Amino acid sequence: MIQWRPVYVICLREFKKFFREKSRLLGTLARPVLWLFVVGNGMNSLIRPQVGFSYLQFIFPGMIGMTILFSSIFSSISIVWDREFGFMKEMLVAPISRLSIVIGKAVSGTAISVAQAIIILVLTPFLGIHLSFTQFIEVVAASVLVSFCITSLGILIAARLTSFDGFNIIMNFLVMPMLFLSGAMYPVTSMPVALRQLSLINPLTYGIDVFKHILLRNATPPLGPEFLLSVDLIIVAVFSIIMLTLAALSFRTKS
Amino acid sequence: MPIINVQNLSKQFKSLKAVDDITFSVNEGEVFGFLGPNGAGKTTTINILCTLLTPTGGSAEIAGHDCATQSDQVRAAIGLIFQDTTLDAGLTAYENLKFHAYLYNLDRRLTERRIDEMLSVVELQNRKHDLIKHFSGGMKRRLEIARGLLHYPRVLFLDEPTLGLDPQTRNTIWEFITTLRNKEKITVFMTTHYMDEAENCDRIAIIDHGRIIALDTPATLKQVVRGDVIHLVTADNKRAIAEIQRLFNITAREENNGLVLETEKGDEFIPTLIHSLPIRTVSVSLKKPTLNDVFLKLTGRTIRDDVLQDDRETTREFVRSHRRAQR
Repeated sequence: MIQWRPVYVICLREFKKFFREKSRLLGTLARPVLWLFVVGNGMNSLIRPQVGFSYLQFIFPGMIGMTILFSSIFSSISIVWDREFGFMKEMLVAPISRLSIVIGKAVSGTAISVAQAIIILVLTPFLGIHLSFTQFIEVVAASVLVSFCITSLGILIAARLTSFDGFNIIMNFLVMPMLFLSGAMYPVTSMPVALRQLSLINPLTYGIDVFKHILLRNATPPLGPEFLLSVDLIIVAVFSIIMLTLAALSFRTKS
Repeated sequence: MPIINVQNLSKQFKSLKAVDDITFSVNEGEVFGFLGPNGAGKTTTINILCTLLTPTGGSAEIAGHDCATQSDQVRAAIGLIFQDTTLDAGLTAYENLKFHAYLYNLDRRLTERRIDEMLSVVELQNRKHDLIKHFSGGMKRRLEIARGLLHYPRVLFLDEPTLGLDPQTRNTIWEFITTLRNKEKITVFMTTHYMDEAENCDRIAIIDHGRIIALDTPATLKQVVRGDVIHLVTADNKRAIAEIQRLFNITAREENNGLVLETEKGDEFIPTLIHSLPIRTVSVSLKKPTLNDVFLKLTGRTIRDDVLQDDRETTREFVRSHRRAQR
């Protein structure tokens, strides 16, 4: 059962803290900006995939995916902070369902990620990428879905993580591989078979493919979208629901 | 009519029996203390009562609701102040309280009034919009008490409420608790390993190795220790012992260049003693029995931080690894 007032106040708290911690906002935004301006422009002179189509333009959908990935994982890891600093207990002993806590964290993590994706979209004119209004709306809508998916995954991990020591392991062995094996920087189809298999079980691959459907509509494979849009959307949606259910369940268990 | 009812409660973590078949009840409006060394099972009991742990045996009820099966009703009826702070340091005092009000589904119009009321109870109204990270340990503890009371719980749980606080702040916290129970009709259930704090309670359960070894009022418990101890230094101790035996029929013994005698109502006895003793008295001191003496008498050990700190760490480690194993 979901109680909406607790969900609302859990979200409110996350937003307040997000806007108070300027360093966090700066950190999650600096990464994609560095990639786009520095790496993107640097690689542009080396790699010319197609006429009238730069490497920078190719990685742009992936960079939105990356922003969402880091922001969503970081938001859900706040559960580990809450547990470490005791605040989680305040929520656990309140007369609210565990599902309300999980939904609150999922909704706030999603909203914060989408907000950051929008900030990246606003930067597009400086990169020489021009979006139509429809494309903008479509990217925002897709961001909601992808953010929700990654946040749910993050909550499930955070629910099972007992200490901060696990955080670095998660960053190095889950988040970075998820980024490199997502088709963000190079097409999945051009990867060696073993790596390609890993990419296919990575939910971010399908999330970024949705962005490619919107942003690289006219590009030819392998640089354009690699899967059917319907396949992408179904996989992302199903994955989100499974992760969120598992997260809610692992919250419920008490010894 | 008891508000807390605990019957044959047990909690087993693998080979460690943290709580071992305890039975007790707490009446409405009472200040009930759980006294024992670290690792005795106090926090485990509180965690069961506040629905964070499921017992492995027996039952616990608060306000007629079972702690294991009716968690939501129990949670709505209780307020908690944990050993470690559970405030969000990145939020203001007001925001922490508002968060709490929403979790407990307080009426919106009531919330603002209640927050101001509670902040003035703990004398923090002028810090309402300050971030918690700028608060001192005592202020944080006071704010937690305000938060625990915000939804007018019927039972307030305090787990080591003054742990790690300086004596002055400890006294202030105790003043709050005493005023509180006089003003509001609230039941207070607290754990402590400070003997002097336990004496503020109406009734005390002494717990050791997961079992209740004594349960009574502080005054009655102290009767376990025979009486007051008077330490006397006189010009001639040997003669004084003989005189005391002759005059009062009390056997005193020599100790530390003086003599020691045990008697009831020592404070009233001292003037008589000095007056009737034909020998010049150099110094006199009186020691009232404390709960520490009671604990010593019952267990043969004293409650001491330094020795038992390791004990508690072991239990905590144990509980943690147990939880990890369960996942």
